[in-house]
Amino acid sequence: MSAHADGDDKNYLNCETTLWSWISTVDHKRIGLMYLFTITAFFIVGGLAALTFRIELFSSGAQFLTPDQYNVLFTLHGAIMIFLFIVPGIPATMGNFLLPLMIGAKDVAFPRLNLLSYYIYVVGAAMALIAIFNPFDYILSGFSAEQAFNPADTGWTFYAPYSVKSGSAVVWMTGAAFVLGFSSILTGLNFIVTVHKLRCPGMTWNRLPVFVWALYATSVIQTLATPVVGMTLVLLIMERVMGVGIFDPSMGGDPVLYEHFFWFYSHPVVYIMVLPAFGVVGEIIPVFSRKPIFGYKMVVYASVAIAAVGFLVWAHHMFTSGISDWTAIYFSVATFGVAIPTAVKVFNWVSTMYKGSISFETPMLYAMAFIFLFMVAGTTGVYLATLAVDVYYHDTYFVVAHFHYTIQGGAVIGLIAALHFWFPKISGKMYNEPVAKLAWFLVFVGFNLTFLPQFVLGMEGMPRRYFDYLPEFQPMHRLSTIGSFINGFGYTFALLNLLYAAVFGRVKAPRNPYNSLSLEWKTASPPSHHNFDEDPEVDDYPYAYGTPVEGGGHH
Amino acid sequence: MSSSNEATVSGPPHAHHWDPVTAYHGSKLGMWLFLATEILLFGVLFTAFAIFRYLYMEEFHHASQYLDWKMGAINTAVLIFSSFTAVLGVDAAQHGDNKKTFRWLCVTVACGFIFLIVKYLEYSHKAHIGLFPFIECNDHAQFCWDSVEFKNEFKMYFGLYYCMTMLHALHVIIGMGILTWALLKAKKNRYSTDYYTPVEMGALYWHLVDLIWIYLFPLLYLVD
Ligand SMILES: [Cu+2]
Repeated sequence: MSAHADGDDKNYLNCETTLWSWISTVDHKRIGLMYLFTITAFFIVGGLAALTFRIELFSSGAQFLTPDQYNVLFTLHGAIMIFLFIVPGIPATMGNFLLPLMIGAKDVAFPRLNLLSYYIYVVGAAMALIAIFNPFDYILSGFSAEQAFNPADTGWTFYAPYSVKSGSAVVWMTGAAFVLGFSSILTGLNFIVTVHKLRCPGMTWNRLPVFVWALYATSVIQTLATPVVGMTLVLLIMERVMGVGIFDPSMGGDPVLYEHFFWFYSHPVVYIMVLPAFGVVGEIIPVFSRKPIFGYKMVVYASVAIAAVGFLVWAHHMFTSGISDWTAIYFSVATFGVAIPTAVKVFNWVSTMYKGSISFETPMLYAMAFIFLFMVAGTTGVYLATLAVDVYYHDTYFVVAHFHYTIQGGAVIGLIAALHFWFPKISGKMYNEPVAKLAWFLVFVGFNLTFLPQFVLGMEGMPRRYFDYLPEFQPMHRLSTIGSFINGFGYTFALLNLLYAAVFGRVKAPRNPYNSLSLEWKTASPPSHHNFDEDPEVDDYPYAYGTPVEGGGHH
Repeated sequence: MSSSNEATVSGPPHAHHWDPVTAYHGSKLGMWLFLATEILLFGVLFTAFAIFRYLYMEEFHHASQYLDWKMGAINTAVLIFSSFTAVLGVDAAQHGDNKKTFRWLCVTVACGFIFLIVKYLEYSHKAHIGLFPFIECNDHAQFCWDSVEFKNEFKMYFGLYYCMTMLHALHVIIGMGILTWALLKAKKNRYSTDYYTPVEMGALYWHLVDLIWIYLFPLLYLVD
């Protein structure tokens, strides 16, 4: 590409090194990294909360937590993992870093708005921390010991009417979710405009990398669904402050209305979490299969279809909440509909690998784990969409396991895959491959050991969110707890391995360690402040590996 | 190219790295998307209002009579007029006339103030007769928000009324902020026939604020 050797130049990491240059940066790459470190911190907090209550659940009967503490812990785990970790997850970190690089732009459309989104996120995170420690009840009660520890305990769903009556921390937590939602809206809006307006010459819609398409679909959901939950949470706060009674049946209100509003956002939000992971996997598999992506257009349309259909299925969370039969039938059938584009994607990934020249580097291993885990998630999702079956499975561990296969097996594995895949580009270093593979193994085994038993528990009738259980459930709970620790060690190794390589690593990454065809690999590793030395141009989609397949559909 | 070398010497230059035409269209797309999110935000309240109005038709009818439709009508007229002056402001900016832009935007912001004053008068009247949360009950007031007698459905109507109008008033304040920022640029003669994005974005936002009020007014004040 250019005459000077890679790595000797000033890049986005070292062009300025003061603390101020980081906290005031409008560089999308630095903002992506700032998000990455912040959400990783919350991932650790949320993970520790989960491990703590898994210890409590190791044996039947009360162990070392009180039931109230248990309620608090699962609420913190859910709220932190959802609102602070996985919703910003891939888009705010990898999306911020990669979107402009992949479409050949110098930055996102509104760089300052991008920084503002980050700080709005920080404000939301601070509010969540206040909800966790909730010092105000303690202070206002004149330091009474009863109020010393009084965080939110409603579960991450904040269902009314309990959330209207529970402690004041709920206001902080829902307020945090509102503010975080605002940050999410602005990021989504920024990305949409970026994709529309800043594609480099030759980058037509049919040549966009599938990750960019996935981010685009995600952004649309972020922009259109988030305001609804934001307003719902504001109504909840108003209800507490003014005593309006909109969600309180004893005052003529309707708690099911809260559920409708909440799930109108919180079902699509699953796609906010998981669509970007689809995109990541769609990037990784062709590279390590050395084959053009199978059915590019179908992959893309499936992303958009999932985003669209995802808006029309929300009440499948409410089959037992007293909605009418006809409503339930509609939402059940519509939910089956989501399985179609999702299955199309799985077929496309597998077909891309078929007769490819596959190499099993760490990102590929994560991508393949993703396909396996997500298939389990999708299949059990069809169980839950089935009306008669859901009446039985509703609010059991079956739902918990299904959800974690979707979100951890899907979104988190997707994020870790992305971190490994683009690590050379982000840091300019190569990580230790054997350690990364070992970590992958622990994550994969630990994850399945944690959540496969939970399917069984759910089928046997173990309800979710219970502090205690019958002795019959103990063996499966023990397996699950052991698995969760293996899973936790796996993530710890994976992240420490990357951190070590980034800080102390000696092996410099070349521009394009995987001989990938997409645009971000054509610039230096790490990229310069301006992304590209020369203005980029493209004349094909980035998946034309080997002999182009006839009818590959990219022209 | 030498740009990376320049960057090392002078530090990263920034912000307006895209050409003015793209910047204009990008901002416009961004603003329209933002307006869509605003409509969804209010959509939740409209939905809740529709549902409870359907359930408690009579109570809503009764409760709405405690609103002064004349005040609402004045505010409707003020906002429609201010939308008109905002358009004149945009037109002036597009012709590069900074003086006129400044003047019309000032009128628009002033209308915002009038709207807020009228709203304040309405709220304080409600507070006086006890139809307001956050105030202590007293013997002079006709109602008491926290009392048992205060009918639940009545409360629901006013709860939604305050949610909707307070959120709207907040939007009026934000809109005034944006327009003030835009008119200060006019004061500094920043606009030309090639560059008038802030005025147009501010006016778009202001139209939305106006539009939402046009729906709120008949919904809340003219229930029968
Ligand atoms: Cu759902």
